[in-house]
Amino acid sequence: MAKIKIDAEKCKGCGLCVLYCPKGHIKQAKFLNKKGEYPVEILEKDECSGCSFCAIICPDLCITIYK
Amino acid sequence: MCGNEALAEAAIIAGCRFYAGYPITPQNEIPAYMSKRMPEAGGVFIQSESELAAINMVFGSSLTGTRAMTSSSSPGISLKQEGISYLAACELPAIIVNIMRGGPGLGNIGPSQSDYFQAVKGGGHGDYHQIVIAPASVQEIADLTMLSFDLADKYRTPVMILGDGILGQMMEPVEFKAETKPEIKKDWILDGCKGRKPRIIKSLILSDGELEKFNLKLQKKYNQIKDIEQRCEVLYGDDSEITLVAYGTPSRICRSVVEKLRKKGKSIGMIRPITLWPFPERAFKELAKNVKSFLVVEMSCGQMIEDVKLAIDCARPVHFYGRTGGEIPGEDEIIKEIEHING
Amino acid sequence: MDKIFEKPESIRDTETHYCTGCGHGIVHRVICEVVDDLGIREKLIGIAPVGCAVIAYDYWDFDVTEAAHGRVPAVATGIKRSLPDRIVFGYQGDGDLGAIGTAEIIHAANRGENITIIFVNNTVYGMTGGQMAPTTLLKQKTATTPSGRDEKKHGFPLKVCELLSVLPGVVYAERVSIHNPQNVLKAKKAIKKAFENQVKGLGFSIVEVLSPCPTYLGLSPQDAVKWIGEELTKEYPLGIYKGAA
Repeated sequence: MAKIKIDAEKCKGCGLCVLYCPKGHIKQAKFLNKKGEYPVEILEKDECSGCSFCAIICPDLCITIYK
Repeated sequence: MCGNEALAEAAIIAGCRFYAGYPITPQNEIPAYMSKRMPEAGGVFIQSESELAAINMVFGSSLTGTRAMTSSSSPGISLKQEGISYLAACELPAIIVNIMRGGPGLGNIGPSQSDYFQAVKGGGHGDYHQIVIAPASVQEIADLTMLSFDLADKYRTPVMILGDGILGQMMEPVEFKAETKPEIKKDWILDGCKGRKPRIIKSLILSDGELEKFNLKLQKKYNQIKDIEQRCEVLYGDDSEITLVAYGTPSRICRSVVEKLRKKGKSIGMIRPITLWPFPERAFKELAKNVKSFLVVEMSCGQMIEDVKLAIDCARPVHFYGRTGGEIPGEDEIIKEIEHING
Repeated sequence: MDKIFEKPESIRDTETHYCTGCGHGIVHRVICEVVDDLGIREKLIGIAPVGCAVIAYDYWDFDVTEAAHGRVPAVATGIKRSLPDRIVFGYQGDGDLGAIGTAEIIHAANRGENITIIFVNNTVYGMTGGQMAPTTLLKQKTATTPSGRDEKKHGFPLKVCELLSVLPGVVYAERVSIHNPQNVLKAKKAIKKAFENQVKGLGFSIVEVLSPCPTYLGLSPQDAVKWIGEELTKEYPLGIYKGAA
């Protein structure tokens, strides 16, 4: 099982990770970050396989993955 | 050896190890000479696809700390202006040779001095200057080319050697006086960040007020160059009623005019700017104390004359005689003009 | 727990100026991953273009210069010929490489300069406000083709990999895309190859990267990547145009 860390302050909310997470594990948050963007957040209940798709497609280096 | 070849050899002796250029008359002896000599000297010769590419290759080579040069003639120099502005902005040393021909447009291949404004007023965009050097003999081409590389490195600035078709083609004896000078340490080059922090060489300055600060820093450097690097030759400065002003090929003709008229007992002298930027203002100011009037002789419709007037604050009459479109002023024409001024 | 994905060392830990969903951030990172993998950071000199990526030097943590518009391949030539044992790469957009700098790219490629060019094709001019690029698709609307690009008035989309692949000086030309994670991984493989070729002294390598510009495509970031996968790759087929994988 893997763990994802998202830097919500850096995130511009493009949602590409949301689009490509095979488990639908990531969603757009309801709060605004300091940039005035809705960042993404992890749904903690789901299991992450550590495929890293979210980090690979992230244009803003917001995602770190641990396994 | 012709002027163009002497220039190329002097560059190699001065440590130039990168040359890029595009053929154009009347400077073709420079790339031809470089194509043979540069590989022998362990340097790089590239016949580029354009003058734009050549000046930008020089930009690339210079930022590695290599002594780099390009050469061309008037229409090609117009194309290089973009790159010269970037070199000035990035404070990169480089030598740009302009063996001027008749313009505007394609003009002709006759000798000319009609790129004076472009050279000394900054032909590219932005608040910058380049040092402009004007040799008048093959020997001087050799000496001043070597000096140009030192000045370029010392001030981290592009230097233009401004000649004309006659100087480029002229055959004269030449001696290459290679001086060994302490190498100027270049602690700003890009060569990979091994053992140091990464460096950036750029000209985009977006933050508020930063570009003004940078431009004022450049101006400080330019003022220092103005203080230290003014060069000229003065003939009969102390007792001349009329002083001829000329650089490059016309200065050779004027020298002969001065000697002829002196033999006839006329009170005549000459000042020959060697640096066109910085313009030798101090020498002009000094001369203006004694001289009654100046006659500027150029192979153009009158460009350097503006700097002469500015240098002496219009304190004396400044006359002009010029030929343009690849034509050369004759001694007789100049003498006639002097007689006309003297009434 | 061990980190299995983190930022490459060669990229600075900073936010970028790029718009939401812009592909430049991905391409910057992938280049840096390759630089780290090959261990070439300390002998690397990068060249940023004029265009949206002009301040790439703020993001890359190695020696970088910035070229006049379109002149990246000429500057790269000057650097590489002066320091043949360093690794030199140019980063260019579609206006920089495909319009104002066409002469420079073709001749650097034709001379077989031992350099690496990363060419980001997003079909529009981003920095100046979404004008037509040489790579804009027919019928695509931009700030200067308000009724869509019309071949009779504006010519056809420029095929850079196809054009360059006929030159003997080019050892490697591949078009990749970064519209989904699988393709980002393929793009990384291609970029790695393009740098390895230079390390081996083989000659000129170029990787064209189809990349999203949601802002000037007028699409959401998610729709922009879908458009690349479904439409743009039809006009610009992915694959190796020259050289071995």
